[in-house]
Amino acid sequence: MLKFILQRLGYMAITLLIIITITFFLMQLLPGTPFSNPEKLSDRQIEIMNEKYGLDKPLAIQYFTYLGNLLQGDLGISFQSQGRTVNAMIAERIGPSALIGGQGVVIGLVLGLILGIISALKHNTIFDYGSVFVAVLGMSIPSFVFAALMQYFIGVKWGLLPAALWKDYSYSIMPSLALSVLVTATVARFIRSEMLEVLGQDYVNTARAKGIKEFSVIIRHVLRNALIPVVTVLGPLAVSIMTGTLVIEKIFAVPGLGEQFTLSILVNDYSVIMGITLFYSALFIFVIFLVDILYGILDPRISIGGGKKDVR
Amino acid sequence: MTDTILSVENLDVSFQSYNGLIKAVRGVTFDLKKGETLAIVGESGSGKSVTAKSIMQLLPKKTTVINNGSIVYEGNDLLTYSKKEMEKIRGSEISMVFQDPMTSLNPTMKIGKQVMEGILKHKKISKKEAFVRAKELLELVGIPNAEERMKSYPHEFSGGMRQRVIIAMALASDPSVLIADEPTTALDVTIQAQILDLMKNIQKKTGTSILIITHDLGVVVNMAKRVAVMYAGQIVETGTLEEIFYDSKHPYTWGLMQSMPKLHQDRSVPLIPIAGSPPDVSKLHDGCPFAARCPYVMKVCHNHMPDQSTISGTHSVSCWLQDERAPHVEKPELGGNNVDKSKTS
Repeated sequence: MLKFILQRLGYMAITLLIIITITFFLMQLLPGTPFSNPEKLSDRQIEIMNEKYGLDKPLAIQYFTYLGNLLQGDLGISFQSQGRTVNAMIAERIGPSALIGGQGVVIGLVLGLILGIISALKHNTIFDYGSVFVAVLGMSIPSFVFAALMQYFIGVKWGLLPAALWKDYSYSIMPSLALSVLVTATVARFIRSEMLEVLGQDYVNTARAKGIKEFSVIIRHVLRNALIPVVTVLGPLAVSIMTGTLVIEKIFAVPGLGEQFTLSILVNDYSVIMGITLFYSALFIFVIFLVDILYGILDPRISIGGGKKDVR
Repeated sequence: MTDTILSVENLDVSFQSYNGLIKAVRGVTFDLKKGETLAIVGESGSGKSVTAKSIMQLLPKKTTVINNGSIVYEGNDLLTYSKKEMEKIRGSEISMVFQDPMTSLNPTMKIGKQVMEGILKHKKISKKEAFVRAKELLELVGIPNAEERMKSYPHEFSGGMRQRVIIAMALASDPSVLIADEPTTALDVTIQAQILDLMKNIQKKTGTSILIITHDLGVVVNMAKRVAVMYAGQIVETGTLEEIFYDSKHPYTWGLMQSMPKLHQDRSVPLIPIAGSPPDVSKLHDGCPFAARCPYVMKVCHNHMPDQSTISGTHSVSCWLQDERAPHVEKPELGGNNVDKSKTS
């Protein structure tokens, strides 16, 4: 187990290094530099700025300097927001993103579970078709459509919730709902198909033959086994939603990480682009790693790092 | 004569499908006596498993139609029971052992918990007592280090061991009837013998009646006192083990015997299979379902179903050959004559 974890950590470091390298050099291909704003800065000023931020040095030196700083946990300073470190910027922006994302995942998980379970238990009835319809709708319609509709009806027409901006808790509800649509649809579809598969397994009949209540059969034998694969999709999905989504944060004017990310790309803020990309990737890889470990706990047949052998 | 504990009468089970109603079981009638073993034999798709599952009411409710017949257990018709009443019967009065031990245990639940689950449902005892009881059951079915093994998951058990666990689960609250649906089909031959012996020993100890469903005549000889031969959803011949093996009357039973390999026979002698394949039960005509494959077929067979004729008190058969107008047909040389008689006792 320990060997497995260490090995995985090693792979994770390599993956991250590759991501850093690719992002670093890709970024250089973006048109312009952080200080190529022609009206405001003279050539001499740009030169001074480049020198100050180390952009006048060869790329290879810049790259290794960045790696060196990174090893000390320093993501650098922003080229655009004067004197602010990228670490501080991420720390400040992640809060709103994680709040609306986290709420979105929880709402989506609950709704998705309910829809999926109803769908599977009432297979081929109007309930099933209804749930599948809702799930397909949620999968195929982009979230900004729901966001715009909600803003119009809930926000403007009925005035139940604030339509946009970020002042108190009530401002987080609508973005969360908009984000939950995709989670609901994904979870519902997964739970439905997994449960249908498990319901057809022999051990469900064995459980019924013991005389256990149908409700207990569903909870203890069906749902438990159907949930395992859902963990696989839910982990990465939760990360991508909780670390900020560009569109939803833009629509609701949420000061989250996604919004910051778009902004930094538009103005060539190299260190911020690098910092946020790295933050995303690291979190993503870590959650996939967690999912793998969790899998071994949820499903006893999977032994992590070559544990006990199958005795036949 | 011993008392009848379970009696199935004129049972019809059909399934709704896109191709119309599939009549899987048609007018099946049999009795199971206290402490005896009855075997239902037949090819795949002859309706034997459906019969077993309909007793337990484990068939999918939405598509199953039981429009005729009764399943009487100790004087009460199980078909009239509610879901709740049935839960009390399942696993406590009537238990079932399934075909494939590899898939019949929940892979994410510890063995001990799975055995205790049934005990806790039917007996009003504490978890600790249930644990002790589960341990006793696992010891009874021959699991070594039972207490230790209760913490294992099914994938840590071999096929034979898993089937023992499933049998232990079925015995959780001393059932009066044990239905074994092809309990040895998925196992190695040596393990098969162990499992059959185990079931016989348990029967000796507990006096349980066993209804064994199988297509393996070897299993029948080993286990059963009485045999019912099923074909296309009907019981075509029924009798004691001796009657079926030495004095069978139905051409289908003869075919089954002939297609069985014999131990002492020369290897160059080919087996004689039954020609053709079982009929599609969704497209049955009025006649005898075996007519299309029967070497002794007559005109009447295609249009009219033969009545059941009684050969002796325990032996009856549904075949037109039993009609007095039918030509006399000599029974072919059957493998059944070579069955070791010592085994049947």
